[in-house]
Parts: sequence; structure tokens; C-alpha cells
Amino acid sequence: MFLKHAALASALALMAGTAMADCQISGNVSIVGNEFPAIHTVANGAAQCAGGEVKSNLTADHQKINVAGMQGNPAEYSTAIIANSSVVALMNEDVIRPLDDLVAEYGQDIPKNQLITIGGKVMAVAFMANAQTLAYRKDVLEEIGVDVPKTYEDVLAAAEKIRAAGISQYPVGGAYAAGWNLAEEFVNMYVGHGGEFFKPGSAEVAINNEQGVAALEMMKALTAYMNPDFLTHDSNATGAEMEAGNVMLMNMWGSRMGNLMDEEGAEEQVYSNITVGAPLTVGGGSTPASTLWWDGWTVAKNISDEDAVATFLAMKHGTSPAILNDETMSQAVWMIEGYTPAPVNDGVFAAIEMGTQSYPMLPYQGLLHTALGDNLADFLLGKESAEQALADAEAAYTAAAKEKGFLQ
Amino acid sequence: MKHRSFFWFVLPSALAMLLFIFFPIISVIVQSFHVEHEQVIKTVETCDLFGCKESTTIDQEATAALKEAKPLGQFAGFKTYLDRNHLATSEVSATWNRTNSWRDFGAQMLNLPFYKAIGFTLTFTFVVTPLVIILGFVIAVAVNSAAKRLRGVLIFFSLLPMMITPLVGALILFWMVDARGIIGTTLQYLAGDPDLSVKASTPLMWIMLMVYGVWHAAPFAFIVYYAGLQTVSQDTLEAARVDGANRWLQIRHVIIPHLLPLTTFIALMQLMDNFRVFEPIVSFAANAHATSLSWAIYNDLGGETRQLSSAAATSVLTILGVAILLSPVLVRTWREFDRK
Repeated sequence: MFLKHAALASALALMAGTAMADCQISGNVSIVGNEFPAIHTVANGAAQCAGGEVKSNLTADHQKINVAGMQGNPAEYSTAIIANSSVVALMNEDVIRPLDDLVAEYGQDIPKNQLITIGGKVMAVAFMANAQTLAYRKDVLEEIGVDVPKTYEDVLAAAEKIRAAGISQYPVGGAYAAGWNLAEEFVNMYVGHGGEFFKPGSAEVAINNEQGVAALEMMKALTAYMNPDFLTHDSNATGAEMEAGNVMLMNMWGSRMGNLMDEEGAEEQVYSNITVGAPLTVGGGSTPASTLWWDGWTVAKNISDEDAVATFLAMKHGTSPAILNDETMSQAVWMIEGYTPAPVNDGVFAAIEMGTQSYPMLPYQGLLHTALGDNLADFLLGKESAEQALADAEAAYTAAAKEKGFLQ
Repeated sequence: MKHRSFFWFVLPSALAMLLFIFFPIISVIVQSFHVEHEQVIKTVETCDLFGCKESTTIDQEATAALKEAKPLGQFAGFKTYLDRNHLATSEVSATWNRTNSWRDFGAQMLNLPFYKAIGFTLTFTFVVTPLVIILGFVIAVAVNSAAKRLRGVLIFFSLLPMMITPLVGALILFWMVDARGIIGTTLQYLAGDPDLSVKASTPLMWIMLMVYGVWHAAPFAFIVYYAGLQTVSQDTLEAARVDGANRWLQIRHVIIPHLLPLTTFIALMQLMDNFRVFEPIVSFAANAHATSLSWAIYNDLGGETRQLSSAAATSVLTILGVAILLSPVLVRTWREFDRK
């Protein structure tokens, strides 16, 4: 098996060598995107193109600058690397162009499923997938004699046993930091309960319902087994709790599993037993309480056609099989031909197989996400009822949606 | 000074203020009176890696005409100011009619984002400002009475909290008060409660933010007072000593009156700074427990959909808040100026 992988990798490396000469552009490319290894790989791949200048600005603050950087004419950035939640902000401001012409002329070899189409127009090209799934300690589950949890109810039962056995006082982890993370956990749990966020086809919010309350109640039940500081724990902090050997079960991003399972930051006993599982379901539902995410690239509207072609070709090259090698293979769940998954990616593949919903690409979803992040903590702190917290989130969203012109 | 030369003296700074302070404020005010265009929503089929589904998007062609006609958006007047995410007038009056006691009314008000933010902001301002003044004064007097050769070192260490970047300083404290950090563990030991966690409790989080505020700003008060102490007339002090004043009486009747104008200055600066409290809330990830007006602005602009009008309205309300807060001090300063 290892030999096969190695052979494949070297074959791909050879391909990369030949492909380098293949990418010729006649125009300038300027990339803005998030800052993590997989995005660096894409930007470096694009930079291999010859014939024009390719520069990139990769920063964790990319969302604060990409809209402004693409609104000018000509735009500062010819492409933004975004995810399904953030492509919406670019579309709302009308700063990215449909890619249909470019795909027809230069992108026939891009697999169809990578093309993100909205209303029949190609708006982005996806290159990697991500989802939150279960991460668990194999040794601890064996010790208490429990199967790998498939539902959140199983997680609660296992957590109680782990606590009763005196292994860990707070065995459950989760990125419950008030704000974006907490809202994301609610979105997961609400989707798992079969909830819909809006009245169909409108921007009118509808989360204060049975599913909403059930989602919050489950989150609160889980927090009873979490470190009391859970409202300050983002994915970094809760990942650190697992590496420290305190957390035995948690819902975690596929893109971060590699960090948990490598030799850095944890004892051998811990990292060798951390295992990736499928996403969890909840409340007897069959849809996982998780959302699927993709990362992809776009092309700015306010640039010359020449630069648009150059950008398209460079980004296509940056997300082509040519970028895959030994080092880059494990950086993400690449949606690129020639990618061979490792065990660390089992969770994301399981999420796709189980029919996990993708995070909604609605123009007003971001406003709801902000409102949820600001209003759900009061319930988890025991200051108010679930219905009140949901009503607050709805009211905050409605006021914001009026300011943004989505509701009148 | 002749009016003519006065004019030429202040012209450069007046121009800079006009350009960098006045015009931006005007633009923020204009923004706050507008909301975005009506967004024409259409239902579309959205396909990604994982399949297709019914979804909605903004009809850019239909919206383009609206944008063209009114580039600023729809005029909304005070609507944004009065909506639930700001002054929430209708929610406040409904709460007023529904609740029977002040306590209940207060609790309901703190559920509204603006009042939650202003509640913490004002508490922070009125607790931290006096403590900074008192602590800064005490440190200044202590350093001033230390042996001359020690003073340089003492001043350096006293100024350290101010030299550290606020975000970093707050993070240091954040890790120290963690349940497994040095302060957190000590608190658990002192309270005899192994589950005590500063980050999980709203009152403790408030206290921690204020402790940070005092720690960070006391050096500023210290260095101003220390400079002031160098100008205290030694003759007056000696006369007081001859009259039999002890150390406390010297401070009470000579030093404090001498430093009073400085206290006004420090109070002014601190009221302004503390009203804009922001960094510790971010560093402490304290937003579940405490928010401030500045944090609300940051939160509006940091989401995936930027809420410019909302942030602009909160900014104008912050400016008004600072103006109200400073007015007693400013009126006082003006009267003194007038007397002269």
C-alpha cells in the first residue's frame, strides 16, 4: 500500500514538473485568500505560471479586505479564494464574474462537479472540501466498553461513563466560543434536527420552533460535560484540550484532524489513539448534524478580460493535479483528480457519503450567523430560556436584514 | 497674539482636523441615516460539490437600477438608531409596560444588545477611571519618595503594562486566569472550589476585565502625576512641615491641590479611553459575558455580511456618549478659562 502511494506521488511529482512549463499566461494575477497550508499550496501553484505577474495576499483577515479590494475598477485582486459562506458576500456586492465563457474556452477539463453554479451560472471553482465530524479517543472508548458514538445521544451516554470511571471530568469538547463558532455549532445541530432557517424563498427567519429548541437543549446537555470555559473555546482551544488528554470526544473540523493526530503537541498515548469518525446524527434524524464546506476560487468582475483569462488559467493550474505531491497530499481533502485520501480524511468522506447538507449559500445567511453567535450564549449560561434566546436571535437578525434591504 | 498670526498658526492643524476627523464623522453620520436598497431576491438552483438544491440569490440586474438611482441607498432617517439592535425604542416601551419592578425592567433591558453593551461600558468606565487615578497617584508618590538611584528602575517597571500592546497584555492575563493558569488555580485554592472558573462566570469576567483596565492604564496616570510631583514647591512643603504637618497632611493639603489640574486631564483622557473599551473583550473572548459599544461596531463589520449602517449608527451613538460623559469636565475647564 505504501509503495503504491509512493509510486503515485512520484508520478504526480513528475507531472508537476512537466506542467510547470505548460502554464503560460499573458496578464496579471492577484490572489487574496485565507492563510493555511492548503491555500499556500494553491497560490504557489498559480505562481508557477509564466508570462505575467502572479502575486498573492494570504491572510486570516481576507474576508475583511476581499470585498473592498474587488470593488474598485480595476480591482486590486483579480481572484478571491473563498468558501461557501463567503462567496455570498462577493455575490451580494456583485464583484465577481460568471465563469461560463472562460470555462467553455479554457476549462473544459475541469471536472463538472467542481463547478459551483448558482442559477445556472458558474460562479466559483471548488478545490477542497471540509466538514466537522467526530474525533474520539479509541483507547478510552475501549476502556469503558462503548462502541464509537453514532449520535449525539451516544456521546452523552459515553461521556457519562467516562466521567463515572474517573477518566476525565470534562470529556466532551466543542468549538463553542461565543460568536461565529457557537453559531456554527447551532447551525449543525439545527440541520441535524431537520430544521429550515428561513421561510422558503424569502429572507424571513424561522428558527424559533421545535427543532430550534431541541438543538439548543442538546447543546446545553453537551456543555454539562465540557470544560466550564466552553464559551471561550474556539477550534484551536478545544483541539488543545484534546491534545492535552482532557477531551475524549468532540466534533471537529476535518482540516484540523491532521494537527490532532501528528506527533506534535501531545503524548504518544494521546495522539496515537485519536481517531476520526463519521459525523454524528441527533434526535433520531438521518441527516448528520454537520455541514459540508468547500473552498474555491473566483474571478473578479472589474478587471480586463486579458487579466481575467490569465487569472482563470493560473488558478486552474494552481488547483490542478500538478500541485499534489507527498507534502501537499495531506493538507486537505482535495477535490482534485489523483488525490489519495489518508485516514485523517475519513470523516469528511463519511460526511459526503451520509448526505450531509452543505452550509447554505443564501445572501442573508451571514446576518443570521452573526445574530446567532451574539444571542445563544445567554441560554447556555442559564440566563434565559431556549425560546427567549431564539426569539432574540430572530429579532436581531430581522433588524439587521432591514438595514441590509433584505426585509422591508 | 494678533488674530492674523493666530489664524496662520492654527490653519495646518485645523485643516488636518477637518480632513481626518470632521469629514469622516460627517460621512459616518450620512451613512447612519441610510440603509441598503431593497434587495430583489430570486429563487435559483444552486449546485456545489455535494449536489444541487433550491436556494436564493440577489437579482443583480433588478438591483442595479435601484443602485444607480440612489448610490447611497434608501434614506431611513433615524430608523436604524431606533431599531432593536440600537436604541430599541419600541422594545423598551413594551418592556416598560410589561414589567412591574425596576429589577425586572433592568434585567429585560440587558437582553437588548445596545443596553447590554452600554451597561458594561459605563460600569467599566466608572469603576476603572477612579481606580486608575488613585493607583497612579499612589505609585507616583511611592516612587517619588524612593531613593534617587532606584527611581529609574522603578519608573521603568511601573511603565511596563502601558508599553505592552493591549491585545498581548490582555492575552497574558487571559492565560493566567485560566482554570489551569497560575491565578486561576490560586483562586480555586483560595475559594476552596475546584470547579471555579473565571472565564465561565459573568461577574468574575467583569472583574477580570476591570482589573486588566486598571493594570493597563495606571502607568499613564502614574507618569503624569510623577511629572507633576517634580513641580511641587519644596518651600511650601517645608513650611507645612515646620507647621507640624505629618506626611498625610502634606499630601492632603499641599500635593493634592497642586495636582488637581492634572487630575482633570487624566480623568478626561481615561473617560474617553475607557468608554471605548475594546481590546480586552476580544483577547478574553469575553463577548458571551460582556460587550461594549466599540465591540458592537467591530462585530457589525467583522461578520460575513458587513453591516455598515448599523456600525455607523453605533459609532454616532458612541460619539454622543463620549460628548455627554466629558461635558461636566469640559464645562468646568471652560469656566476656569473664562475666569482668567
